[in-house]
Amino acid sequence: MGDWMTVTDSENKNISQYTSETKMSPSSLYSQQVLCSSIPLSKNVHSFFSAFCTEENIEQSIAYLDQELTTFGFPSLYEESKGKETKRELNIVAVLNCMNELLVLQRKNLLAQENVETQNLKLGSDMDHLQNCYAKLKEQLENSRREMIGLQERDRQLQCKNRNLHQLLKNEKDEVQKLQNIIASRATQYNHDMKRKEREYNKLKERLHQLVMNKKDKKIAMEVLNYVGRADGKRGSWRTGKTEARNEDEMYKILLNDYEYRQKQILMENAELKKVLQQMKKEMISLLSPQKQKPRERADDSTGTVISDVEEDAGELSRESMWDLSCETVREQLTNSIRKQWRILKSHVEKLDNQVSKVHLEGFSDEDMISRQDHEQETEKLELEIQHCKEMIKTQQQLLQQQLATACDDDTTSLLRDCYLLEEKERLKEEWSLFKEQKKNFEKERRSFTEAAIRLGLERKAFEEERASWLKQQFLNMTTFDHQNSENVKLFSAFSGSSDRDNPTAHSRPRQKKPHSVSDGSPVCTSKLARSLPASPSTSDFCQTRSCVSEHSGSVSALNVTPEESRPSQAGRECADQKWSVASRPGSQEGCRSGCSLTYTNSHVEKDDLP
Amino acid sequence: MNFSEVFKLSSLLCKFSPDGKYLASCVQYRLVVRDANTLQVVQLYTCLDQIQHIEWSADSLFILCALYKRGLVQVWSLEQPEWHCKIDEGSAGLVASCWSPDGRHILNTTEFHLRITVWSLCTKSVSYIKYPKACQQGELAKAAQKFLKSLAFTRDGRYLALAERRDCRDYVSIFVCSDWQLLRHFDTDTQDLAGIEWAPNGCVLAAWDSCLEYKVLLYSLDGRLLSTYCAYEWSLGIKSVAWSPSSQFLAVGSYDGKVRVLNHVTWKMITEFGHPATINNPKIVVYKEAEKSPPLGLGHLAFLPPRAVAGPLSSPESKYEIAEVPVSLQTLKPAADRANPRIGVGALAFSPDNYFLATRNGDFQVLSLCWHLSGDSLALLGKDHFCLCFLETEEGVGTASGQRGDHT
Repeated sequence: MGDWMTVTDSENKNISQYTSETKMSPSSLYSQQVLCSSIPLSKNVHSFFSAFCTEENIEQSIAYLDQELTTFGFPSLYEESKGKETKRELNIVAVLNCMNELLVLQRKNLLAQENVETQNLKLGSDMDHLQNCYAKLKEQLENSRREMIGLQERDRQLQCKNRNLHQLLKNEKDEVQKLQNIIASRATQYNHDMKRKEREYNKLKERLHQLVMNKKDKKIAMEVLNYVGRADGKRGSWRTGKTEARNEDEMYKILLNDYEYRQKQILMENAELKKVLQQMKKEMISLLSPQKQKPRERADDSTGTVISDVEEDAGELSRESMWDLSCETVREQLTNSIRKQWRILKSHVEKLDNQVSKVHLEGFSDEDMISRQDHEQETEKLELEIQHCKEMIKTQQQLLQQQLATACDDDTTSLLRDCYLLEEKERLKEEWSLFKEQKKNFEKERRSFTEAAIRLGLERKAFEEERASWLKQQFLNMTTFDHQNSENVKLFSAFSGSSDRDNPTAHSRPRQKKPHSVSDGSPVCTSKLARSLPASPSTSDFCQTRSCVSEHSGSVSALNVTPEESRPSQAGRECADQKWSVASRPGSQEGCRSGCSLTYTNSHVEKDDLP
Repeated sequence: MNFSEVFKLSSLLCKFSPDGKYLASCVQYRLVVRDANTLQVVQLYTCLDQIQHIEWSADSLFILCALYKRGLVQVWSLEQPEWHCKIDEGSAGLVASCWSPDGRHILNTTEFHLRITVWSLCTKSVSYIKYPKACQQGELAKAAQKFLKSLAFTRDGRYLALAERRDCRDYVSIFVCSDWQLLRHFDTDTQDLAGIEWAPNGCVLAAWDSCLEYKVLLYSLDGRLLSTYCAYEWSLGIKSVAWSPSSQFLAVGSYDGKVRVLNHVTWKMITEFGHPATINNPKIVVYKEAEKSPPLGLGHLAFLPPRAVAGPLSSPESKYEIAEVPVSLQTLKPAADRANPRIGVGALAFSPDNYFLATRNGDFQVLSLCWHLSGDSLALLGKDHFCLCFLETEEGVGTASGQRGDHT
């Protein structure tokens, strides 16, 4: 473009230089100006603008502009010349108008340019896009072409294989056929050979037969001691033509019998089957006839045919039953009617199926009908539940069995066994200890009771002695009143006084003596108690009282014992029994002479305890 | 199970009388008749030479002893021990001998199956039947003699069917046993007739071809062909045939290891039983021997209710346990390149009550299958094992008990 600055140096020269050297016409300058018009006005432009027209070359620039504008169709810048004068006046209005026009033009051009540019861009992008698409499609086309070629190749190969296999198959078939032909031919050959050999063989046989038969002198004979009667006892008969006829008759009779028997069987079977068919038909009719009451709105052919069929079949039934033979027409009628009924039943069932499916689709429209799926689901659920329950039961059973069955290990079994009984054992131990305590207590009590009984006995004895002395005193008093009184009193007192002293001794002595003279207890007592004049009744009384006491004590103790000894300990009870008897022993051995021998063993022990 | 003492026996000749009262056994050339309950010797007969075959007459009054080497047949009577009868075939030789159902005729087959001679004990008359066929019985009779299956008497003893071969064609002749008159004579459409058998009701005769061709022909008593049945071609065919006691079914066992049952109304196959090597059906109960001795496995019994598979015992004490399905049976692969290979269903036996069918397949060492008359137990006899299977009728579950038997 050149340096704008040089233009400002000298306008004319530059312009001419410009035009001559660079061959730039004002139009090119102009176009440059247009191109640079989009650029916002800058200093350069300013400078350029100022470079075109300076104060010196106003006229030339005006003339140039006018020339250019007129060539573009704008009105002239000069005022209309009045005459041919050298200088024309500048028409400012025209200038301004031209300027305005130019501006408008400029704007229009700018817009157009923008549009064109955007369109250009668009077109460019479209072009790119299309080119991409084109490239892709080309690729795809290539690929598909390649694929097609590959498939074609494969197809060709498979067809080749197919042809080969067909060929093989044909070959095999041919071979098979050939082999079969071979076999057939060989078979005929063998047959032929066989026949030939057989003929030869037959000839030999014939020859042999002749030889054999010829030798009549040989002993082909039967020796029998005596004839045996026929099996059925009848005589033999000659062979005549009659017998032949008879044989034939018999044979035919046998055959006929067999056929008749078979026919009977078949007839029976037929009758049964017919009955079954008729039953089936009746049942089918009864199944289908309730449809009659159903909505008659549906003038279906099925219901119509059912009714008609029912009537028809009723008629047929009567006819059939009347004849009841294996008549051709009857058989046909029966089979036809059954087929009809079966068709009706089938259609009915199909309708039901459709209904069910429809209901299932639409939801529960009918209360009675449960959709099949729900039903199935329910059944599945129930089955699952049942299975669960069964499994549970099984596991429980297994556990139970494990518990009850003995374990394989000895130690564990013994442990297990023990552990079940451990509680019981503990309980038992406690009870034992309790029982022992109670036993001890009881023993103590018994001892105290025996002591009390002994004391009681002693006191009684003393009392008896006192009584006896008192009686004596009385008796003496009755005879010698004064004397005795003092004696009695003395006795009594002596007795009473000494009774306490003597009685124990008196008591002890006979007691001590007792073990030595067990056998005759009563006389000992009497002898010992002679001092105190014990009349035998008194001694017996004493003994009785003793026994009573002991018994009482025994009973008392028994009474005491039984509530205490409620626990079952047989051994303890026995011991107690023994003790009772032992306790009673020293006191009333006479009374209780039937003491058990066992008690005797314990007596020694008890003896020590007694005071 | 108790066993009596061991008695001497030769050639496996030991038979109970048809009425069950006596037991006849042979020792060399002696015939010993014992009481069946006490096993005391009742009679003792002496024959001229070693005995090869003995047979009781149907009324248990006579015993025939066949001496093949000498061509002699000696008949003894139980009622009269001094009675004797000797039949000499002379140079014709003797190959087989049997009683007629009335117990008064003896049918001797001469050597090379030249003819069958019918000797009558009542009239001392002789009849000859020419060209009998030499059919072989199956393996069941291997232990004993090979008796002809070309002769078949009806169960009531009225008729005799005889397989013949003339001019390379097979024929069947039907005779009336009372007077040995020929009733019917017809040819069969077989390559090589292997055997004939009457149905128990005496009205149908089954004839089957040799193992090279699978063909079963059914003739009525009067000689009409009722039906033929052929399961497959080219492979080895029929091995054994058995009628059910009610004549309703005909079981055909073949070399492919399957049993096909035909019904008497249409003579078509109603069902087919296989002998698979592995048992998968959970409804079948398999009993397996607990002891692991070299198991000579017995064939298994197959029918709709669960069946039992019994293994033989090797020691007196052993128990059976129920094996878990699937069970694979041990099978021995026989030599396939020989004639008459030991494959296929060789033995068939219907139970007397018509409920069960026992079959033996393959090379299992079962020599005979025998049902009890009540139809609830089955005796299996092997070479040196004896097994008794007891079936509960409710569910058809079988328990098996076996014992080692002496070689009888």
